[in-house]
Amino acid sequence: MSPLLRKFASAGAIALGALTSAAALADEQFFPLQSYREGPYAAGGSGFFGGFIDYLNLINIRDGGVNGVKLTWAEGETQYEVERGVEVYERLKNHPAVAAWNPLSVGIAYAMIDRITQDKVPLIAINHGRTDSTDGRLFPYVFPLLLNPYSETSGIVIYIASKLGGLDKLKGKKIVVLYHGSPHGKETIPIYKLLAQKYGFEVSQIEAPHPGVEQQSQWLTIRRARPDYVVLRGWGVMNPVALKTAAKVGFPADHIVGNVWSNSEEDVLPAGEAAIRYTAITTQASGQNYPIIQEIVKTVYGAGNGDLQDKNRIGSVYHNLGVVNGILNVEAMRIAQEKFGHRTLSGDEVRWGFEHLQLDPARVKALDAEGLFHSINVTWDNHEGDGYVTFQRWDGKKWNVVSDWIAPDWKLLHPIVEKSSEAYAKEKGLTIRASETAPLSN
Amino acid sequence: MSRSLALPAFGLALAYGLAPLLGSDYLIEAIALPFLALSLAAVGLNLLTGYTGQVSLGSAAFLAIGAYAAFNLNLRVHGQPLPLTIALAGLASAAVGVGFGLPSLRLRGFYLAVSTLAAQFFVQWALNKFAWFSNNSNSGVIDAPKLQFANVSFSSPLGRCYFSLTVVAVLTALVWRLVSVKAGRDFMAVRDHETAARIIGVPVLRAKLTAFAVSSFVIGVAGVLWAFAYLRTVEPDGFNLDRSFQILFIVIIGSLATIRGAFLGALLIVVLPLLLSRLSVAPFGGGIDAGSLDMIQRVVIGAAIIGFLIAEPEGLAALTRRASQFAGRTLKLNAASR
Repeated sequence: MSPLLRKFASAGAIALGALTSAAALADEQFFPLQSYREGPYAAGGSGFFGGFIDYLNLINIRDGGVNGVKLTWAEGETQYEVERGVEVYERLKNHPAVAAWNPLSVGIAYAMIDRITQDKVPLIAINHGRTDSTDGRLFPYVFPLLLNPYSETSGIVIYIASKLGGLDKLKGKKIVVLYHGSPHGKETIPIYKLLAQKYGFEVSQIEAPHPGVEQQSQWLTIRRARPDYVVLRGWGVMNPVALKTAAKVGFPADHIVGNVWSNSEEDVLPAGEAAIRYTAITTQASGQNYPIIQEIVKTVYGAGNGDLQDKNRIGSVYHNLGVVNGILNVEAMRIAQEKFGHRTLSGDEVRWGFEHLQLDPARVKALDAEGLFHSINVTWDNHEGDGYVTFQRWDGKKWNVVSDWIAPDWKLLHPIVEKSSEAYAKEKGLTIRASETAPLSN
Repeated sequence: MSRSLALPAFGLALAYGLAPLLGSDYLIEAIALPFLALSLAAVGLNLLTGYTGQVSLGSAAFLAIGAYAAFNLNLRVHGQPLPLTIALAGLASAAVGVGFGLPSLRLRGFYLAVSTLAAQFFVQWALNKFAWFSNNSNSGVIDAPKLQFANVSFSSPLGRCYFSLTVVAVLTALVWRLVSVKAGRDFMAVRDHETAARIIGVPVLRAKLTAFAVSSFVIGVAGVLWAFAYLRTVEPDGFNLDRSFQILFIVIIGSLATIRGAFLGALLIVVLPLLLSRLSVAPFGGGIDAGSLDMIQRVVIGAAIIGFLIAEPEGLAALTRRASQFAGRTLKLNAASR
């Protein structure tokens, strides 16, 4: 055997050994991470997965795990590409004690729905994903936690109404939605139409083709339409370009409202002056002024275990989203442990935990996260959990919260979501779960 | 059986026999399935680019057409057998391929390559623009239906592997047959010297359009495998220009105008990065973050590709041919000296 071959063989043996020895460890819960720290969306990926890992680290260091069960994780780079996400899934799924998957990518989540349902492990899509999957009757293992695209839309319309002086003042007003030409961007077209009808405002929806680096004609159209507000439903590089082009054609930034993927520091910093007074929706406030973030700084970064290389990004929008995601995953585990015992749980047991993930504001405060996010109330048939939203304005250096916690109009939305998921069930020939205890057949 | 058939037949028998022994889903789902789908796409593109000399940058568009056509046929026509769905999806792709092949009658070389870009952008735009293609799904992403034929379900990883293997084997055999009959010789005549071919009576127009049609058919079926057997979801963004380049590189690195080149190229482009990423985990452990590790792999793969092309500009297939000739000569020499 040549020396090179021998080296490869021994490397393979080590890898194999690592896999088998992991099987013997007891009392751990494993988080497979399909992270993206390279490629066009690296800013979001490194912030989010950094925050998630920081929180898991905090629980391990401060509490010694969850009731003695240690949290472990491994990363696989996806660059936000679906095939790489599938590859990482197949690579990590046989690791013992998988708790939940958190890909933070609509495309990868779609490719995983069949797979995780078969493998009986929950899939968490915080703040995104297909709206249908809110309906736990049909998607028992998928959780678009805190906010689905329809609730987000409702939240934005309610906020705009509050600026105008009430929902009844929406009548006759004009709103333009500038959306990213992708599945994510198009998801809300029907709900904007419906809300326009309901409240009597006029909506026109304009596409900025992916990746959205050229928006001159879109913004000229917007200026001609003279709307009262523009909703920026962007993603990635499209966001700063939109803000800069708006400034160029003279549309005021304080009348642009960003969606939940247009709300980070990485979206506004490249736009410079043009982004000042721009407002965006969020489910978690940014900044370091929350006890839990302070604790992460002290305990995790203090011990040299912090995940972010640039410490200035601690408390940024994506980092805090990662921390909130960590809280939700860990609390779901804790809730499931109360039912099944303080031990390593199966994926299906963790799913039960997510289906009972109910954190009221008092519990959120006890978790040192008061003000960071509001509350969540997941049930077996509502996998979103009715998250609250708030709005933050960019002052050129940081985001400042400018609204109370707003509740989207769930009463209006739930029947629409259910109707849509029932149509999907019919198309695919799936059965709808009738009660929490009904067997899962899909 | 002739010698030229023995090797592929042996390989195929090996693949069928080995598949169940792989045992792990990972090898099937993450390596075998994308390898098979992209190999087939490369076989299709090689027919057009390698054998007929028409450069195309629109392969991903035809993958997308195959995938979406199969989805819609399956959805809208009830009780249609799976093989028919696949064949019709291929035909849909072939029809569009002929349409975008028309400029090849007037354009050559780089100009043709640029005009095939139109297919790439137009198809992606149309699939995004018209919600009908994705059955009015809000987000434009669709789930691939179940693979089932005559009450046999191919949904398990092994089932999908056998399904892909069979489709790839059948189509590759057909392409192999095509390039060894007169139609195939016409293709090569057009590639080598179009004017000379026209003078000696080769129907250039027909040869070019046939090449576009058959190539698009094969790539369309590869798209069905990619969407139905491998990813099991379809979104238009997945069929972008990068995918077209990937297939073109497979053909170039594997070797133009050989069938086995497509498989060798796919081995290098699809499988090598995954092997590297698995192997690199062991020596580096958790010491380097996932992002940097990924960059290192890309550097290694880039260097490997340049190395291969310097060693053998005609591609991997030529490398293996030379290796087998060398082995043959050495054996003969040994036999003679004895």
